[in-house]
Amino acid sequence: MNNAYEFSVKDLGLYYGDFEALKHINMDIEKNTITALIGPSGCGKSTFLKTLNRMNDLVENIKVTGDIFLGEQNIYTDIDVITLRQKVGMVFQQPNPFPKSIYDNVAYGPRMQGITKKSVLDEIVEHSLRQAAIWDEVKGKLGKNALSMSGGQQQRLCIARTLATQPEVILMDEPTSALDPISTLKIEELALQLKEKYTIVIVTHNMQQASRISDKTAFFLLGELIEYNETSNLFTRPLQKKTEEYITGRFG
Amino acid sequence: MMDNIVNKNALKRAKATNSFMTIFFYIIAGIFLFLLLTIFIYILYAGFHNFSLPLLAFNHSGIGNQLFNTIYLVVLALLFSTPVGMLAGIYMAEYAKPGKLLTILRMCIETLSSLPSIVVGLFGYLVFIVMTGMQWNLLAGALAVSILNLPLIASTTEDALRTLPIGYKQGSYGLGATKWQTIWHILLPAAIPQIMTGVILAAGRTLGEAAALMFTAGMSTDISWKSTDITSPTNPWNPIRSGETLALYIWGARTEALNMNAEQMANLSAAILLLLILVFNLSARLISKYLVNYSQGK
Amino acid sequence: MTVTKQTAHNIRQDKIWKYVIYMGGVMMIVLTLSVALFLLYRGLGTFTTYNHSIFEFLFSTYWAPNDTTVGGGKVGAAVFIFGSIVTCFFALGISLPFSLAVAIFITEVSPKWGKRIFQPAIEVFVGIPSVVYGWLGLTILVPGIKELFQMPTGFSVLAAALVLGLMIFPTMTSIISDALRSVPASYRKASYALGATRWQTISQVVLGAAKSGILTGIILGLARAFGEALAVAMVIGKVKAFPTSLLSPTTNITSLIASDMGGAMDGGEYNIALWSLALLLFFITLFFIFLIHYVSKRGAVQHDG
Repeated sequence: MNNAYEFSVKDLGLYYGDFEALKHINMDIEKNTITALIGPSGCGKSTFLKTLNRMNDLVENIKVTGDIFLGEQNIYTDIDVITLRQKVGMVFQQPNPFPKSIYDNVAYGPRMQGITKKSVLDEIVEHSLRQAAIWDEVKGKLGKNALSMSGGQQQRLCIARTLATQPEVILMDEPTSALDPISTLKIEELALQLKEKYTIVIVTHNMQQASRISDKTAFFLLGELIEYNETSNLFTRPLQKKTEEYITGRFG
Repeated sequence: MMDNIVNKNALKRAKATNSFMTIFFYIIAGIFLFLLLTIFIYILYAGFHNFSLPLLAFNHSGIGNQLFNTIYLVVLALLFSTPVGMLAGIYMAEYAKPGKLLTILRMCIETLSSLPSIVVGLFGYLVFIVMTGMQWNLLAGALAVSILNLPLIASTTEDALRTLPIGYKQGSYGLGATKWQTIWHILLPAAIPQIMTGVILAAGRTLGEAAALMFTAGMSTDISWKSTDITSPTNPWNPIRSGETLALYIWGARTEALNMNAEQMANLSAAILLLLILVFNLSARLISKYLVNYSQGK
Repeated sequence: MTVTKQTAHNIRQDKIWKYVIYMGGVMMIVLTLSVALFLLYRGLGTFTTYNHSIFEFLFSTYWAPNDTTVGGGKVGAAVFIFGSIVTCFFALGISLPFSLAVAIFITEVSPKWGKRIFQPAIEVFVGIPSVVYGWLGLTILVPGIKELFQMPTGFSVLAAALVLGLMIFPTMTSIISDALRSVPASYRKASYALGATRWQTISQVVLGAAKSGILTGIILGLARAFGEALAVAMVIGKVKAFPTSLLSPTTNITSLIASDMGGAMDGGEYNIALWSLALLLFFITLFFIFLIHYVSKRGAVQHDG
């Protein structure tokens, strides 16, 4: 196993009942990069993203074949799902802060990990909120209900919450599609900053976004990985005809 | 030409009927409101217009003990039915897979919630009194009434959990929490206001319960407020003693038509029960409102 | 697989609570089964231990069970069964028109007032204990009927029907208004667009569409009336004979159980006969539940098809 890769996906397949949603996916994701997953609706990019932190385990009637390695560890046999999810965080399309205070939202992950000392939690909360570029906006009001924030702020809070568990990877499932353009830009800047310390995989239906921020892009179609390349290459000189058709707008 | 006239008449008739029915409905609604108001005011008037403090005395000449028993019983009943009902509700919302077991469980809940309270009372009598060889006691009554509350609390809990935004669960699991941690730290706290509304409604129902208590909690009450031994059968806090509630007192008063005092106290009991129900209803409504505001971040 | 101590603890805790929660579900099932089994165990005694026939139980009017374990008495419960049926149907007859009218008012004619005034009022009245209704009946209705109709006593089928009717009125109104409200707005819009008046829309379209929901309300009202014990016992007279008119006293199943269970020797023929009546109530309850499911299913099919 090549240690340099954050994720190694080998011949991954996924079935919803009889329907084959993912077909023979092979992909290696490098550390400290931003990888964008693009493709038309229903192509499997979100499903693929959710295999990386085993969120698909929560759905009935799903079968997974093949292997996924986080570094050297097989995420199904070498590591338990709880530890996996602490190392591989996820930000969702709809911002989903808990109906609790800002502080309690960010402190949730560490608390579940057993950290109870207030001084330690305080530090973790501040550090995470700073990293998510939202500390200045909330620093006097950590006790406020998270639901009172705007959509863009809520999403950055969710990123802070994910950072609090000290992950290696941050998965983002269309994180800006529910947000206004200014919040979208803020989160894109944030992603670029975060990639210095974390590995980011982002699903997006916005090709401009993919070309703005990602190092590599993967194009999915009908459950297959059609092309996976440096972003600049994929968008200017795509190797596959289907890729070219998608990015020039012929379908999807 | 004829068609026009025919249509015009039909239209006229339809409009007239409509106006008539509208007036009719307003009248009926008015009568209903009037009836309700009259009953409401009558109960309060009959109960309070001759009110004197000795009527509430905590001894045999007043209904103070019955009032105490009523509230104590509600608390005891909730102590049993709330945890068990919530567990069942959590099971149905978060653990049960669609299939035979879930269907059977739902049928059981439906059956329990439809049982006439006198049937539940008989069951309670058989199991908690006859089979244990004990005398009538509050605890048996509380257990019997719990049977009536359980389905309500279970359904309310299940409903409350199911209507939570799915983002809560996803967010929690995504952070590496276990199922139980998610339920305990995120889902239940978010669902508590709605669950509490259900619990309060169950409590309201319990206040007025009589048929289920007749053969379990008993129809007499003998409390001494000077008692300091909680195991003594006259200690008010000892649940192993017979305890007549306000509702049962009213039932008992039906045979004492000659006793002016008894009738007065029954009227007072009815009025107090009505007020308690009002308070409980109001609380349930206020909590619902709070719930809506809170979930919108206000 | 290496796992931190905390994670191992979390996983173990998760497992333990899973079993506790399963127990909650199991307890509900066990409880229901126990109720059913105990009722059967005691209730069937009339037919097994005391050798009476179901036919006698349901259709004979000769009620004279022995208050001993020897048996040999008569257990004809037809009077009480008739009493239950008659009071319930009259209660329904009294209350249904009003429930329908008020429900229509709340949902179609004046929804604003409906929500602010009537809804809370109905909620309060759903919550009033049945003994209070019974008490009102005893102190007002019974003397009133005696005066008004110059009868020797005011205890009567009429008094019971009125009390029950008042009791089930709020419940039925609630359910029927829910049923009316859940009729899709598109039905009403289509009717108005065709030039119909509001009453025409209500009577021709909305009521028909809400049929199964209304039927459910009726059945639930009936079920509640059937199971009511103390309120009825206070005003029905507890006379173990067929009523000859609306104004004569009689008894029903629940009143009989309420008044005679306390005195009957445990396990004796009388006692067991009362248990059989309780068992009968249980089966009637199950029947009502089945009926509601049947009605709902048919209603659903009609709307989709």
